[in-house]
Amino acid sequence: MLRFALSRIVMAIPTLLIVAVSVFVLIRLIPGDPAQLLLGDLATPASIADLRARLGLDKTWFEQFAIWFGHVLQGDLGMSITSGQSVAGLVFERFLVSAQIVLAAVLLASLVAVPAGMIAAWKQNRWPDLVLVGTATLLVSIPTFWLGLLLLLFLGLELHWLPVVGYVSIADDWKAGLLYLAMPILTLFLHEIGVLIRMARASALEVLRLDYVTHARAKGLSERTVLMNHVFRNAFGPTWTLIGLVLGNLLGGIAVVETVFTIPGLGRLLVDAIFARDYPVIQGCLLFVAAVYVLVNLVIDLFYPLFDPRVAAE
Amino acid sequence: MNTPAMNTPTPASAATRKRRRLAPNALLGMLIVGLVVLAALIGTFWTPFDPLKINFAMRLKGPGGPYLLGTDEFGRDELSRLMLGASSSVWISLLTVSFSVIVGTAIGVLTGFVRGWTDRIIMAFNNALLAFPGLLLALGLLAVVGANKYGIILALGLAYTPSVTRIVRGTVLSLREKEFIESSRVLGNSELYTMFRHVLPNCVAPLTVLATSMFGWVILAESALSFLGLGVPPPAPTWGNMLASARPFMAQATYLSIFPGLCIALTLLGINLLGDAVRDRLDPRMRGAR
Repeated sequence: MLRFALSRIVMAIPTLLIVAVSVFVLIRLIPGDPAQLLLGDLATPASIADLRARLGLDKTWFEQFAIWFGHVLQGDLGMSITSGQSVAGLVFERFLVSAQIVLAAVLLASLVAVPAGMIAAWKQNRWPDLVLVGTATLLVSIPTFWLGLLLLLFLGLELHWLPVVGYVSIADDWKAGLLYLAMPILTLFLHEIGVLIRMARASALEVLRLDYVTHARAKGLSERTVLMNHVFRNAFGPTWTLIGLVLGNLLGGIAVVETVFTIPGLGRLLVDAIFARDYPVIQGCLLFVAAVYVLVNLVIDLFYPLFDPRVAAE
Repeated sequence: MNTPAMNTPTPASAATRKRRRLAPNALLGMLIVGLVVLAALIGTFWTPFDPLKINFAMRLKGPGGPYLLGTDEFGRDELSRLMLGASSSVWISLLTVSFSVIVGTAIGVLTGFVRGWTDRIIMAFNNALLAFPGLLLALGLLAVVGANKYGIILALGLAYTPSVTRIVRGTVLSLREKEFIESSRVLGNSELYTMFRHVLPNCVAPLTVLATSMFGWVILAESALSFLGLGVPPPAPTWGNMLASARPFMAQATYLSIFPGLCIALTLLGINLLGDAVRDRLDPRMRGAR
């Protein structure tokens, strides 16, 4: 078990390193000179050269990477060009906003979708299955930003149940905060239900076909025992992995939902930085989200043996 | 021996019979995708009105009358814009998926056959690129290549290439030591011939499964980027930027927020239904599952 955990952790390190290299190279590929951009059109060649020297842009890429990565390891992601704030602080503050939405949505969706998917598999090709699979396929086909707009129209403008746009931090006023978060969470929740039902059903179907399930039934075990002890536990593994991927994917794609509901989250920070060509912020966001994705999947991997001990034994 | 198995036909004949019949959801998927492609084809050459012509006298007219689906905030015909949007979605996704499949297959075959350090280094980068979730890599690449039609194709194409590379390389690796590949070499065939004649055809099935889902991902990603203002720039209509520009008029012209989204959702539904059917048929792990 300990060896399994250690090997997984060690395996994540080169991935993180290459992610850092990729982000660094990507930002250097953006056309235009950051020093020129910082100083504006009226800058003299001398002041540009001066700033390039101060930013370290006159050094080789290798030296620049070494310096930048050294700072990253100390939690320093540089300063935002447009606001002058620390990128690390900005990214972390916005991450907390996005993370509460993503976590709540995925947690709620898992609680509904995992049992639903398994019931669908158990009742394969009968009406509960058809209804659940149909609903799931429909839900995954609706893009989150349109689903969000529809909820805004219906729950906000028609029924006036929930505030239409804006954001109040839960820490400041938890009641108002929850009201503002309700619609974005509901949007992602509905979408992820679709994704997770399909996965839970597929993995339960694979297990239901195995010989040991037939064997367990032939032994005369009750259907309930067969399902609970033999099928669902083994079928949960792949779904558990998918939950990790979904968490990361949502964080990478949450910009659209944050745009619909005007929420100051991490996705919006990245998109605004792309518009403003704020390279340190783009760089910080890319690196941070990719690193969180790798780490979330690492944690998911580490817990996997709880559902399937065979993985750790290998 | 369990009794139900005695009454059913032998597995082989059941499988062939099932493979010949088309499931109703596959049929529905094909119908929807066919309609979208048809609308896109027509939209490329002809639309009921000029989709770009501004006419303030006719702004925000509801559906009905000469403008079947109403007009937008500039008095432009919504139906014409949706048709041109369909054409842009279909073209972008065709080009993007082709780009990913060609580049990804080339890299996958190369690394799978050469192996050694070349393989290790390329795969390390490939896996690192797969560590960027969802739209993130495409957003980063868009910052480099610029937000326009070709930028999107390049950014999304590059973002989805690593998935293709991984699948092709896996297939190549699983095949290269098989007897029939070995015999092709023993017969004196060149590596290149063996590759094209014996290895690549075996990649077609997994690639078809992947490519079908990729069409859905690309259409969704393209409309999401356009919605964010990082896609095809206005006035050229895409479903995504139409939804974005409809937002300020959500209360007075609800239909503008409905139709473009409905188009995206319907297209994705069609592709998902088709994708499920393709996977059921081609994915060996799913064989006999239904």
